[in-house]
Amino acid sequence: MADEALFLLLHNEMVSGVYKSAEQGEVENGRCITKLENMGFRVGQGLIERFTKDTARFKDELDIMKFICKDFWTTVFKKQIDNLRTNHQGIYVLQDNKFRLLTQMSAGKQYLEHASKYLAFTCGLIRGGLSNLGIKSIVTAEVSSMPACKFKAH
Amino acid sequence: MAVCIAVIAKENYPLYIRSTPMENELKFHYMVHTSLDVVDEKISAMGKALVDQRELYLGLLYPTEDYKVYGYVTNSKVKFVMVVDSSNTALRDNEIRSMFRKLHNSYTDVMCNPFYNPGDPIQSRAFDSMVTSMMIQVC
Repeated sequence: MADEALFLLLHNEMVSGVYKSAEQGEVENGRCITKLENMGFRVGQGLIERFTKDTARFKDELDIMKFICKDFWTTVFKKQIDNLRTNHQGIYVLQDNKFRLLTQMSAGKQYLEHASKYLAFTCGLIRGGLSNLGIKSIVTAEVSSMPACKFKAH
Repeated sequence: MAVCIAVIAKENYPLYIRSTPMENELKFHYMVHTSLDVVDEKISAMGKALVDQRELYLGLLYPTEDYKVYGYVTNSKVKFVMVVDSSNTALRDNEIRSMFRKLHNSYTDVMCNPFYNPGDPIQSRAFDSMVTSMMIQVC
């Protein structure tokens, strides 16, 4: 169980580290989120390469999204995505009701405005994974109440 | 055992080509380039035909009089192409598969290296030494 805590704590420190270094330089808040997202992007690319080494080839986009929801999420966060919805025109919504990185923060509406910082890395993770599998996408996240959150990919 | 090994990116440009220095390299570059067409054909044909189990390994792409060309595609659409000598009849399918497995493992390691940007030519020495070990000629 200790290894989950490792990543959680490292991730939290990473977010606060990026913001602290930004305070000395530029004050643009958007830049920090971009930095975190790009970090997640590169990590996602490498992770996907490792995870798809032994799996069979994917037939279509839906297959890829299912893989991300099940295997990828399980390996990274030790649980599956609770809900995947699509409009069959290229927009997929992944819903996680108990997002690992947010469970420690609050169980309701407190700290809602800070949640986006912590979700940027995961958005990049998904985007990097998809791009390595050949899908260009934009991933956004929204939180209505902790610790549930939705990731939208299109 | 293998005469030439090439790693080709998703956008169909080479990330890494190595051939035994005896022959002229241009010939191997050309062979690898033409084999890309065969690879694409196999990938698109699989969509229509039955989906088979071992989908990553493509098998013999085409034989020429001196050489045989084998292919392998990863899930991230990176292609590995291997050219072996036809006179080496002792080489079986399983061995080719295991060589591709090793290639894929090394490629994954290169991908996870933070100093490597995806899309750049591969310059890792570990990858080089692994490829050299697969290309050692007995003669």
